[in-house]
Amino acid sequence: MIEARGLTARFGATAVVDDVSFTVAAGEAFGIVGESGSGKSTVLRVLAGLHQDWSGSLVVDGAPQECHRSRRGRRVQMVFQDPYGSLHPRHIVDRALAEPLAINGIADATTRITLALRAVGLDGAHRFRYPHQLSGGQRQRVAIARALILEPALLLLDEPTSALDVSVQAEIVALLQALRRERRLSYVLVSHNLAVVAQLCDRLAVMREGRFVAEMTVAALRAGNAEDPYTRELLDASRGYRRRKTS
Amino acid sequence: MSAPLLEVSDLVVRFGASDAVRGVSFAMTRERLGIVGESGSGKSLTGRSILRLLPPGARLSATRLAFDGIDLLAAHEAEMCALRGRRLALVLQDPKFSLNPVMRVGDQIAEAYRAHRRASPREARDKALAMLEAVRIREPRHVYDLHPHEISGGMGQRVMIAMMLAPDPDLLIADEPTSALDVTVQMQVLAILDEEVSRRRMGLILISHDLDLVASFCDRALVMQQGRIVESCAAGALEAAQHPYTQRLLAARPRLTAP
Amino acid sequence: MSGAAGATERWRAWLTSEAPVSVRQARLGEIYRLVTAFIGHPLAVAGLAVVLLLALVAMLAPLIAPFPPAAQDLTIRLHPPGAAHWLGTDELGRDILSRLLHGARITLGIVALVTAIAAPIGLAVGCAAGYARGWVDAALMRLTDVFLALPRLILALAFVAALGPGIGNAALAIALVAWPPYARIARAETLALRGSDFIAAAQLAGASSSRIVFRHIMPLCLASVVVRVSLDMAGVILVAAGLGFLGLGAQPPAPEWGAMIAAGRKYMLDQWWVAAMPGIAIAVASLGFNLLGDGLRDVLDPKR
Repeated sequence: MIEARGLTARFGATAVVDDVSFTVAAGEAFGIVGESGSGKSTVLRVLAGLHQDWSGSLVVDGAPQECHRSRRGRRVQMVFQDPYGSLHPRHIVDRALAEPLAINGIADATTRITLALRAVGLDGAHRFRYPHQLSGGQRQRVAIARALILEPALLLLDEPTSALDVSVQAEIVALLQALRRERRLSYVLVSHNLAVVAQLCDRLAVMREGRFVAEMTVAALRAGNAEDPYTRELLDASRGYRRRKTS
Repeated sequence: MSAPLLEVSDLVVRFGASDAVRGVSFAMTRERLGIVGESGSGKSLTGRSILRLLPPGARLSATRLAFDGIDLLAAHEAEMCALRGRRLALVLQDPKFSLNPVMRVGDQIAEAYRAHRRASPREARDKALAMLEAVRIREPRHVYDLHPHEISGGMGQRVMIAMMLAPDPDLLIADEPTSALDVTVQMQVLAILDEEVSRRRMGLILISHDLDLVASFCDRALVMQQGRIVESCAAGALEAAQHPYTQRLLAARPRLTAP
Repeated sequence: MSGAAGATERWRAWLTSEAPVSVRQARLGEIYRLVTAFIGHPLAVAGLAVVLLLALVAMLAPLIAPFPPAAQDLTIRLHPPGAAHWLGTDELGRDILSRLLHGARITLGIVALVTAIAAPIGLAVGCAAGYARGWVDAALMRLTDVFLALPRLILALAFVAALGPGIGNAALAIALVAWPPYARIARAETLALRGSDFIAAAQLAGASSSRIVFRHIMPLCLASVVVRVSLDMAGVILVAAGLGFLGLGAQPPAPEWGAMIAAGRKYMLDQWWVAAMPGIAIAVASLGFNLLGDGLRDVLDPKR
């Protein structure tokens, strides 16, 4: 599904993504873990065609990509981190979902919208609400529905659960797992949370300061087999704080 | 049994027609108390009510709100100002927003110190440098002269802690102190907080959405849901919590090890 | 009794429902929400009342004015406010109240014309510049700078010299210097919005640039521009009055408020009402628009 070689992306003069290479097979879920400033979100934006200043070779869904051509077509869609910012504040849910269909000339809008909402666990009652009338979890579900309504093959997920409450996170993770199974999607998931990556992905890469410092399967991650010191640090930190027992 | 440091009885915070905090009661000594909840639970408002720093439009009422015997409800604004910073400190989530962007960080610490203690500018500066060292900032003199946008998030939070601990308060309220930080940096900042709170024998109220953090960092924990306390227990006993909401929160944590 | 109250309750419940079942219900509910928020600001409501009163007066002027505005009667010139003429008479014996009422038409006409020309131009230029960036942005912004640099009255003078005096030309001249601030505001909002995730999502769905600018970005910039426009109204009225004062706007005997002040200048010391009445009218109208603008800003400013 994705083949990236020597990907380098810049903001002005600085290389935010530095010589990154990876492959994602069709139907596979690939995670990129890193802290802020690691460049992981930029990788996603390059894959989506939202960031144009990059070099290297990139093949997505069999089609070689060029940096000046920013449209990736319907096969690649994205779910963003902030559910409050990813929906147009003045468009009701129905319009947000109808728009991709209208742009691509797909008929049967009402049926498709109802099906898409049902697939993400929302019902018709939500169809005519504005984003500010929805909770964070509901907005994220709408964002997922919008991403899926064009029936993409590849879904890019940028920290989809970070801005949500803990109990809602678990629901969204379960939803994403179910959707992937049902529709045989490929995922590229970016997160700083190792546990979320472990639940959703098959393989992952650890990113630091623009480079991949480690790549492993999720099974290896769960077992704690990490050779790279930074990865070990992340694993350690994700286990939680150990209080110093002072008398 | 020492006198309670903080007594809160039937605290209610009202916004217009709705209650954000509905009758919260607890007491604490010089211990670490964690308040856990999701957004909308009222945990941050509870913390701010102790300092009487509520947003405009909020109405506070309680049967009793006392700090070290001082009745906070009856205190004038002048008395509250004297308490805030000097005896009651607040560390907020994001140093980007809680530090003054146009002042050097060292000056902010010094100013906080001078606001509550009689000190000459020189003494305040020395104290600020000492605090920067206490929070394990490696080049205190250099960092003193920097502005908030020139330092990282973790360092900013450490400066915030330095600033709040400089006047040597009795109670520290930390509202999601590490949520805006990267995971590895979180550990560092928590270690500093741990050490300082222990060393100074301060009371700590840690407000967080992170159950694991509260379970490991605090002595006791309160779980809040929609303005009410639904669970109150020793931090170590959280795993065996009885209330269904707490159990739901425990179950919802993404686990790295379980398949 | 209960029927009417019940109906109102049902309407309110329908409008404030958190689960609308149709597009219409959703839209009306949103409008209702904005209106209720607006009503909560008494000063803004006062401003709206003044503006509506002005509009009403302008529409009904021929019906409610006690005298024809151009009717001269030299025997009653410069009479003070009294029973027959509530606001007195001017130097040609014309009733000042009637002239003020008819003058409201001219004032509102100029304001409406200026808004209709300047606001869409400013919005379009600003949004296009902000979204396109690059040389399009640079070119449009330099154009905006050129127009910003021109002082209103000087440009109006030049225009009028070229095309002849009159209300229409005066309005055009004012509009030509009124649009640059709207372009700046629209551009600033667009720059902030273009990086938003919902814009990225629209791009990923394949939306063309024009679709994004017109359907996604412009509606969000509209609020700021509307607020700025209503705050500018006061200035427009004053500039129009200034032009009238210079004899470049409405021509005699048109009862334009600025022209009335100019004419009353000579009599300011002894017959103060000739100049003061139109002056008060201008002040009240300006204040009304100002208050309305403030209220709109509080209501429309997105503070999600």
